[in-house]
Amino acid sequence: MPKKNIKDSSRRHFLKQGFSIAAGTIVGGGVLASCTKDPELTETGEKVKVLTPDGKLMEVDRGHALCCNAPTSKEVRKGIPGRHFVMVIDLSRCKNARACTVACNKMHFLEPGHEWLKVFLMQDSEDTPPYWMPKPCFHCDAPACVNVCPVGATFKREDGVVLIDNERCIGCKFCMAACPYSSRVFNWHAPDIKVNAKYSPESGVPQRKGTVGKCDFCPDSFLSGILPDCVTACPNGVYFFGDKNEDVVTNGVESFRFSQLVKEKAAYRYMEELGTRPNVYYLPPVDRRFPVEEGFENLPDSIKKAYQVKRAHLKKFKI
Amino acid sequence: MNPQELAQKKLVEIISHYDKPSGLRNVLFGFFFLVLLFAVYAFVTQMVKGQIVTGMRDYVVWGIYDVNFIFFIGISYAGAMISGILHLLHVEWRKPIIRIAEMITVISVFIGPVYVLISMGRIDRFFNIFTHGRIQSPIVWDVLAIVTYLACSILFLYLALIRDYALLRDNSELKISKWRRFVYTKLAATYINHPKQKKLLGRSLTIMSALIIPLAILVHSVLAWIFGMTIRPGWHSTIFAPYFVVAAVFSGTAVLIIAMWIFRKYYHLEEYITEKHFKYIGTILLVLAGLYGYFTFAEYLTVWYGSETWELEVIYKLFDFNSYGFWFYLAAFIGVLAPIIFTGFPFLRNINTITIGSVIAVVCMWIKRYLIVIPTLETPLLPLQDTRPEYAHYTATWVEWALTAGGMATFCLFFMIFLKFMPIIPVADITEVSDAKKEIISGKL
Repeated sequence: MPKKNIKDSSRRHFLKQGFSIAAGTIVGGGVLASCTKDPELTETGEKVKVLTPDGKLMEVDRGHALCCNAPTSKEVRKGIPGRHFVMVIDLSRCKNARACTVACNKMHFLEPGHEWLKVFLMQDSEDTPPYWMPKPCFHCDAPACVNVCPVGATFKREDGVVLIDNERCIGCKFCMAACPYSSRVFNWHAPDIKVNAKYSPESGVPQRKGTVGKCDFCPDSFLSGILPDCVTACPNGVYFFGDKNEDVVTNGVESFRFSQLVKEKAAYRYMEELGTRPNVYYLPPVDRRFPVEEGFENLPDSIKKAYQVKRAHLKKFKI
Repeated sequence: MNPQELAQKKLVEIISHYDKPSGLRNVLFGFFFLVLLFAVYAFVTQMVKGQIVTGMRDYVVWGIYDVNFIFFIGISYAGAMISGILHLLHVEWRKPIIRIAEMITVISVFIGPVYVLISMGRIDRFFNIFTHGRIQSPIVWDVLAIVTYLACSILFLYLALIRDYALLRDNSELKISKWRRFVYTKLAATYINHPKQKKLLGRSLTIMSALIIPLAILVHSVLAWIFGMTIRPGWHSTIFAPYFVVAAVFSGTAVLIIAMWIFRKYYHLEEYITEKHFKYIGTILLVLAGLYGYFTFAEYLTVWYGSETWELEVIYKLFDFNSYGFWFYLAAFIGVLAPIIFTGFPFLRNINTITIGSVIAVVCMWIKRYLIVIPTLETPLLPLQDTRPEYAHYTATWVEWALTAGGMATFCLFFMIFLKFMPIIPVADITEVSDAKKEIISGKL
């Protein structure tokens, strides 16, 4: 499984180098804040640097940092105070490798076709070349989905994350109709993959028949100091995840000042004129690392078919 | 003959007209009941397997369930608007037909919301709306509005029935079973035609008819806002609420005409529901058809002329014969023009043509609601790049059609049951007129 290797090595890499520098400041506070004294804490001997909520950098045992009591449902709805999670997606690096989609589906036990993260073949105008655009949920600051939910099953947290509580969702699908970015998917039937896990809106696992699901920015991961799976799985470092308040984003290998990156690379948010104020920023596909047609290599026919219509319109770009 | 005696006589006449056992009625009842049973089977299938058995998918998240919901709430306007407005205006000829109109209202407000429940993924969690309700959501507005509307329309129907129940209770000629008389006695609520009671009842009826009009407008406006509040092409329109209201009165009036035709024929009510009624209501239908056509024209012209990319995508789906063109032209032109032509030209205007025009209008209004809900959902902002054809294009499945037919059958079943307990003609009302209007009673309406 080459994909798994990529994922594992990049995560290790990230833990070794990135954690203490970037991610330590990103997620550490949250980790410590929600840690409580647990008699079953295991010492691993390995020390990690974390940032306390009051801004001090300290070294704790890895076992302590990772072992947290599950947040209460009130904490889940509130989010991690003082954080504002953002994602930056560098379109110049994406070649539709689909490792993100695979990793996301694996992590959330989603069956094929039930993707929270989709990769679109996009073109801005008839004369400009096409590009690949991965699309997670944009976790808008003015989310149309949250506004229309009749029972508060989908909610906006203080840290910017929009989550779904599928134990409260009544399945009216109003949020799906309201989301202009079609970020939400519905469990039309009972999930085929059976998972034995206690449900939390933060993990989104297991899915339930008759409820809505969507990309959740993996808040359960960053509570344990791990970047979302799409970020670590991507072989090309397309995804940068971070905290707007800390002004840092990282793809596990490289870290950038968020404000600088957004400014220098002329980042934009998809269709932000709709007034949704998304928290996912796109870096335009300039100075591309891969030609767009490489995205069709090694692609199973079943997936290739999805892009057929768009591809037919792109004859002049020879893809 | 004093009015009281006259009323009793009329009552016996009418009730015995439509209360005698009939083979056709039993067959119809059995048929509707079977359709309903099949719908229940379809519903159980959906509950067990999930909504995967419907044609709805991630893009088209609402299907014909919601079309039916709008449709039924729409036809409920028959009683609310027609009966309410005519009551307030003291239009004398309204009397023989208001009972039918109000029954349509109550029954359709019963059935419509059921489709919302069926379209929910987790019907078992419906009560979350009350325990975790958020007033920010148009769905909560809708629940509040519909519950109020239902309560008020039942009250409106019942208040108008009290005097008839009193007549039924006091009538000795009528051969009805003991328990039915008992029910009538209870429902008559000690009404003895005392001047004070009469005054109170008249006043409450006026209040209810004044109340039911804004309520009806509110219900359909809120329903329109469920669509209008989303930023989606074809929905996000400021005229959506009035557009829906006009559409609802239009379809409600058409259903009223059809019901009038059926009951007139079947129960031989020719004496009470005359050609004049059809012509008057037909004129109202004509005006509403024109108004609805105007709204349709204004809505689509504005959007088409503005040519916003996303909006245009939906518009072209509606205008294109390879897509929804046929249905759109049918609904937007034939559905509006048929009632106008049939009621507008005197030489074409008779009971049957007006009814045919109404049938066309009702069918076309159902199609129009389909065209409001589905094409917009099939047009997401991000291109639809999915390998599964059923995700790109909605096709209703047998489950959805079965439940649609079930709703229509339940509508008829309810009518049959209601007729057992309610005189279809408000006897007390039509017999109680001033001497100058005696000719109305004698059938020369």
